[in-house]
Amino acid sequence: MAKLTFQEEECKGCGLCVHACPKGLLSLSVQRLNKKGHTPVELTKPEDCTGCASCATMCPDCVITVEK
Amino acid sequence: MSEKVLMKGNEAMAEAAIRCGCRHYFGYPITPQTEVAAYMAKRMPKIGGVFLQAESEIAAINMVYGVASTGKSAMTSSSSPGIALKCEGISYLAGADLPAVIVNVPRGGPGLGGIQPSQSDYFLATRGPGHGDFHVVVLSPASVQEMADLTVKAFELAHRYRMPAMILADGTMGQMMEPVVLPEGKPIEVDASDWAAVGTEGKRKHHVISSLYLQPEVLEKYNFERYERYEKVKENETAWEEYQMEDAEICVVAHGITARIARNAIVMARAEGIKVGMIRPITLWPFPEKALAAAADKVNSFVCVEMNMGQMKEDVELAIRCRKPVSLCRRVGGMIPTSEEVLEQLRAAAKGGEQK
Amino acid sequence: MIVFEKPKALTDVPLHYCPGCTHGIIHRLVAQAIDNLGIEGRTIGIAPVGCAVMAYDYFACDMIEAAHGRAPAVATGVKRAMPESIVFSYQGDGDLASIGLCETVSTAARGENITVIFVNNAIYGMTGGQMAPTSLPGQVTQTSPYGRDVATQGYPIKICELLATLEAPAYLERVAVNNVKNVNRAKKAIEKAFRNQVEGKGFSLVEVVSACPTNWGMEPQQALDWVQDKMIPYYPLGVYRDKEV
Repeated sequence: MAKLTFQEEECKGCGLCVHACPKGLLSLSVQRLNKKGHTPVELTKPEDCTGCASCATMCPDCVITVEK
Repeated sequence: MSEKVLMKGNEAMAEAAIRCGCRHYFGYPITPQTEVAAYMAKRMPKIGGVFLQAESEIAAINMVYGVASTGKSAMTSSSSPGIALKCEGISYLAGADLPAVIVNVPRGGPGLGGIQPSQSDYFLATRGPGHGDFHVVVLSPASVQEMADLTVKAFELAHRYRMPAMILADGTMGQMMEPVVLPEGKPIEVDASDWAAVGTEGKRKHHVISSLYLQPEVLEKYNFERYERYEKVKENETAWEEYQMEDAEICVVAHGITARIARNAIVMARAEGIKVGMIRPITLWPFPEKALAAAADKVNSFVCVEMNMGQMKEDVELAIRCRKPVSLCRRVGGMIPTSEEVLEQLRAAAKGGEQK
Repeated sequence: MIVFEKPKALTDVPLHYCPGCTHGIIHRLVAQAIDNLGIEGRTIGIAPVGCAVMAYDYFACDMIEAAHGRAPAVATGVKRAMPESIVFSYQGDGDLASIGLCETVSTAARGENITVIFVNNAIYGMTGGQMAPTSLPGQVTQTSPYGRDVATQGYPIKICELLATLEAPAYLERVAVNNVKNVNRAKKAIEKAFRNQVEGKGFSLVEVVSACPTNWGMEPQQALDWVQDKMIPYYPLGVYRDKEV
């Protein structure tokens, strides 16, 4: 199973990863803000993630580490 | 190595740069300094050095900035309009505390002006040639020998104080042929390992060469530190030559070619019983303020001889705090004052006359 | 096993760029190329004036901050002083295609063995969104508030096409970073542009068509769509010079 790790404090909530995910597994938080005041990205169904790294590929801030 | 050779000033300067280890020259043709580029073009490929004719003066000074960032000696040369273009790069060199040598063989201006000799870049050179608070060391040679010697000095000072140095020659010095003893071929040794951008080799944190400091308190701090360094340059490196000042009642102040002309006029004036001496600044920045202030205690008046509208005269008046009258013998636009014209001014000064 | 992480050639300093700014992607691609080729220790980067001015804080190799537009000249000086080093400049459209166009063309014409990363986002970002040499006809910016009028403000400069008229360049390619597929292509191009230098092939430039959501006044994803719909048709992606082929 793939594992995503988020450097949440570096996330600017731009949402490019959300759009990049082919399975639509990512979304921006609606409840939480990080220290910079952005809504950080969250993985909704970790069990469905294939570790394709599309999200990390589009992330401008190297927030996402992908393990398989 | 003490053999005398007959050389043009511009070529002596280029050869001296090579002998003290400069292997990187970037230039763009402009009269009256093109011999420097031509000489470098001939010599550099033979000794494993780099000669590159840049696409502009702006590119040339930025290539110098690139080499200087690696801690190596680099040089560029130009004449007034080209130096104006280089001012941006000179400011960046100063702001990033990089060593470099810039040769200016000025011509009459403003604008395209002419191609005859001039000293009208005095302000440009001594006030910090570019935007922001900074200075460059400014050296003024008065012989072909000094064209060579002061080139070596310029590299030494640039590296020692990590700042740009400018040789402010003029067309006559550049074109004049005189016997010269070239300096020994001893490269200037510099240790730039704690700041130069030469690659980390994976062994240290990266070095950053920059003049950008967005936090005002940091930028202020670097400006203050730089000016403390300038005070050391003033203290240690101010250079001038005194001529017949022992009993002088009038002090001529002149640099470069006009100092040579003034020297003839002083001999003529002394033959008429007028006691004249001369202080010849060799460094225009730092300016020999103390020597002039001391002279002001002894002489009755000063006479500046300049090939501009009286730019250095302001520095003389400042140095002596206007305690004594300062008159001016000037020619501009590429015209060179004659010894007779200087003598006229000395006679007028002896009578307590005013500036003509 | 880690399949994707922040490259070593980037420092830990958080990027100052706006949310969704593609400079971050391009920085990462450069750093990945440096990592993959194992050249960080001998690489010297030249930062521009523009949004990427502080790139010197982000790349872990030695860095030099150049005056506006002068990065290719500074890179030339560094490369000539240290021929064994790997030298790259990272420049935006105002820097490379306007104020520094002379340096760009001349450095390319000399075939200087350096790598140039050219970020074309059709606007001056750092100064707040003014018309760039690459702004599209009709594009509204702070200094073309009625849209870029080609009758008075001329046409955009197509850098790859322009440089392809020169003899010397070894490699010129235009890529984009608006979707996963294009980012992966851009990654290959940037790595090739560095590898060319390692192999002594000469001047390599990669133009990266990118987005400026803030100054375009768009959401980040909307900006990437605008790259696809408006930018790429005007700036066709592809290889404009490859001396290997």
